[in-house]
Amino acid sequence: MTEFDVDVVVVGAGPAGATAATVLARAGHSVILLERGPFPGSKNMYGGVVYPRILDQLHPQWWEEAPVQRWITRRSTMVLTDDQAVSVDFRSQKWGSAPYNGATAFRPDWDHWLASKAEADGATLVCSTTATGLLRENGQVVGVTTDRPDGDLRARVVIACDGVNSFLAKEAGMYGEVDAANYTVGVKETIALPKEVIDERFGVRGRDGMDIEVLGGTSGVNGGGFVYTNLDTLAVGCVLKLPKLAAQELRPEEIIERFKQHPGIAPLVEGGEVQEYSAHVIPEAGLSMMPQMTGDGILIAGDAAAMCLAAGLWLEGVNFAMASGIYAGEAAVEALASGDASAKGLAGYERRLNDTFVLRDHKRLHRAPEIVLSDRVQHLYPQMIANSVERMFRVDNPTPKPGLIRVLNQERKRAGLKVRHVVRDTLEGLRTFG
Amino acid sequence: MSKISDRWASIAAAGTKETEQWPTRSFEDLIGSTRFDVHERAHIVVDDTVCRDCPSRECIVACPAKLFVPTSDGGILFNYEQCFECGTCYLVCNKEGAISWSYPEGGHGVVFKRS
Repeated sequence: MTEFDVDVVVVGAGPAGATAATVLARAGHSVILLERGPFPGSKNMYGGVVYPRILDQLHPQWWEEAPVQRWITRRSTMVLTDDQAVSVDFRSQKWGSAPYNGATAFRPDWDHWLASKAEADGATLVCSTTATGLLRENGQVVGVTTDRPDGDLRARVVIACDGVNSFLAKEAGMYGEVDAANYTVGVKETIALPKEVIDERFGVRGRDGMDIEVLGGTSGVNGGGFVYTNLDTLAVGCVLKLPKLAAQELRPEEIIERFKQHPGIAPLVEGGEVQEYSAHVIPEAGLSMMPQMTGDGILIAGDAAAMCLAAGLWLEGVNFAMASGIYAGEAAVEALASGDASAKGLAGYERRLNDTFVLRDHKRLHRAPEIVLSDRVQHLYPQMIANSVERMFRVDNPTPKPGLIRVLNQERKRAGLKVRHVVRDTLEGLRTFG
Repeated sequence: MSKISDRWASIAAAGTKETEQWPTRSFEDLIGSTRFDVHERAHIVVDDTVCRDCPSRECIVACPAKLFVPTSDGGILFNYEQCFECGTCYLVCNKEGAISWSYPEGGHGVVFKRS
């Protein structure tokens, strides 16, 4: 009979791992939360906005203690061409008070805080320890090997929250073929600026902040850009589709540099020291790239399970990671209670994912990542939209004002878009976002 | 037709006043802002003999840490030390066996603080 070191080992103390560990510890189980970095969050970066309402039950009044930089009260979706910018700008003061909506936060702060909550509930956090492989017995996963001396860690259930490169899920055979086209790389500069300067440039006060998501501005590489306000820094970066990035000449830092020099972006971000330069790969393709989530003795959550929602209008990930961690934790509690840690005993995980926003949103928006990163949406529509707006607002006296339909049609042609493409894309867009 | 003064003709001919250039910065300065606790063991190993026959060399342009540098004799110089551990290199590389990728020893490698 196998001797176990612990009921459950959770690999990776990111948002998925920390919530899974919390649920298990509260149910009275022994949990080890493994983290390969020197502290939780030290390996993690993201664009910069977290939507934490999924924590309402797990950590009521989370907003009173969460390490937030600013609350997003203003969000702007921007379309850039070489020398034009079109924005849709929204502001709501409702998002500036509890229970809030989105917040900027540094991942080293956020993940550290969330893992400390798991510790407070009784989970054992072990940092600076890399899980190097799986332990198996008769096909069932029964723990992990680590790079600690005599570091085999035997557990009844393994929850792999080991990120986008998940070696554990791959070793468990839960990934199909890995295709670079499903991934983007996010690169970002954290730029220090005085709080007053940020308040003034972005038109916000106190702890209110702004989130700018950008289509275009990435030097022809499919992807997008972003500018987020932290308290006294800005997060400025680009998300770049890997095969497109690899097939051209500009390096990621050069693409950010050009993005920062765009006339629509430069006045917001200029000046200031770069405090940190960072990069991370993003599982961009959503539902179509998700691995098998459940195996005998093992569950996959967070980025390891490709939980990021990269759907253009919605760019989320930490909330999906936290939710999947909670549901993985609950499923493991059930399995331990029934004494069956096989895939069958752990089936509550996928049932929960299917019944909640996690897979409902992903299913509803399963076409979105491909649409958003398609060549037409990336390169042709921005040109058509910006030129049409320019012509509508250009006072071309003595020429009389043009009609909108006529302008749109002419600019569609000029951008190289066929009517059937526009019809197809409109229907596809309505089917996905409608 | 009356003419502009010679003084302004020469000013105009000299072109527009030069606008201020964005300060150029080195990649070393940029990545110097990020902390790395380097371990003596390389967590990524590149088989340069595979790279010599690679016509596309996606890693050189795509690696955000600029760790892959072409050498004058047709090889690739690789340094693991300032690695973000992001995975871009092995994802874009389609040459079997060129890049062996793992994580650094626990507690080592990149340490983000403000990201």
